[in-house]
Amino acid sequence: MTLLEVRGLDAGYGDFQALFGIDVDVAEGETLAMIGANGAGKTTFLRVLAGQVPTRAGSIVFDGADIARVKAHRRVGLGIALVPEGRKLFGSLTVRENLFIGAHAGRPGRWNLDTVLDVFPLIRPLLDRPSHVLSGGEQQSVAIGRALMSNPRMVLLDEVSLGLAPVVVKSLYEALPALSEGGATVLLVEQDIGQALEVASRVVCLLEGRVSLEGRPAELARSDITAAYFGLPAGAGAEGPG
Amino acid sequence: MEWLNAIVQGILLGGLFALFATGLSLAFGVMRFVNLAHGDLAILGAFVAVSVTTALGLNPFVSLVVVVPVMLAAGYALQLGAFNFTISPDPLPSILVTFGLGVVIQNALLQTYSADSRGLDVGSIEIESIKITDAIAVGWIPLITLVVAVAVLGALQLMLSRTALGRAFRAVSDDPATARLMGINDRNLYAVAMGIAFATVAIAGVFLGIRQSFGPLDGPAQLLYAFEAVVIGGLGSVWGTLVGGLLLGVAHTVGGQFEVSFGYGSGPLLGHIVFLVVLATKPSGLLGRRAE
Repeated sequence: MTLLEVRGLDAGYGDFQALFGIDVDVAEGETLAMIGANGAGKTTFLRVLAGQVPTRAGSIVFDGADIARVKAHRRVGLGIALVPEGRKLFGSLTVRENLFIGAHAGRPGRWNLDTVLDVFPLIRPLLDRPSHVLSGGEQQSVAIGRALMSNPRMVLLDEVSLGLAPVVVKSLYEALPALSEGGATVLLVEQDIGQALEVASRVVCLLEGRVSLEGRPAELARSDITAAYFGLPAGAGAEGPG
Repeated sequence: MEWLNAIVQGILLGGLFALFATGLSLAFGVMRFVNLAHGDLAILGAFVAVSVTTALGLNPFVSLVVVVPVMLAAGYALQLGAFNFTISPDPLPSILVTFGLGVVIQNALLQTYSADSRGLDVGSIEIESIKITDAIAVGWIPLITLVVAVAVLGALQLMLSRTALGRAFRAVSDDPATARLMGINDRNLYAVAMGIAFATVAIAGVFLGIRQSFGPLDGPAQLLYAFEAVVIGGLGSVWGTLVGGLLLGVAHTVGGQFEVSFGYGSGPLLGHIVFLVVLATKPSGLLGRRAE
């Protein structure tokens, strides 16, 4: 079943248009990775889905209803949770409070403090610390945990690996299957193509605000991905990035 | 003994200052909102109490049962209907709008109640006091004011630190855009905060009216003291607001000891000096969080 159906989506900031006629489908339960170079519009796309950037044209049909005009603070109640770029924990709240505030919308489901801590056991001893003293990896775990607390049907992960050591990134990605098993559909944005191809069931590549490639990792040739990533003629990208 | 008395009376006066400063501190803490009409709102609260006491024949203390909900509703509505449109990283729109609101309130009060000074009469308790030593006596009204100030600030602190609403307030204060991602309607939360701010300043206004006479144009002076208390204690810090109020109160009464040599302004003058010294040496306030 299609959980999310985006058609002809335009969006941007002020005079700058970041997305041009994006069409993307996400099936319930799949893990879709969105890849692309810096400035390709990946983060903007996630922020549009979460309601932080307004939709200029097109439709966003989530679970059968067009949510393009729904305000940001109502979308989490519908089951869309964004883990924003840069983690964005609430610095004057403790880790525990950060997790609890994730449940503010009050959606019922399997995720609560205990089940989230089962996925991220490392944050259990940190619960009563202020969130701003945590390491980057710990903060990212809390940010993902905070999103899970809302019992989302779809989790949007923005650049989980940004600024983190490879070993930390690896442990964070090991938590992804737990999200999917919990019934959540995952849409993740990643600059590290290798990482994205490893975890995703399907990949969408953005290039300068447009979809340049789409497919299953196994079916895509590395050279096609490189071409779509950098905007080279098909077949020209013999050396893969990342 | 004279000095000890001045300090005791200053702490009692500080309770009133802290009560004035509470709403200002809350609005700034939650939404970086500077309300220049805050003093006028206190006076408005006192005048509403005048109307309620005359119309219903209530004791001014009892009139709070009507005044506080009325002002709370007014704050909520005003934030939703007007102030929310001024919320931006730029503080100027909120300053302009609330400055204008202050002028409107002053003139509306002049029009409705005339320029006469008023007072709120609570009977003989006004002049009764508890004698502690021969030189020190604590008046009931100032004592009740201080107790109410501590209770209001304590309740506010408990709400902010222990409840889901308080957690949402702190989250919105940190980062409203991310708070929206959590499902928090920040605009509505701002309205709740302004409702609480109006309710507390109305209490302050009523206690001012019980303590001394007041007129429609007395708001700006109260605003000044409230601002000084907030800055001394630390912007957005609840206990800082109490400390700032008490310190300012003590400065006023201790400064008042110099009236003989410096004239009548010596109390407020020392208050301003304390304010300036704190602002110059510790701009984030005595209990303020790190400067942002």
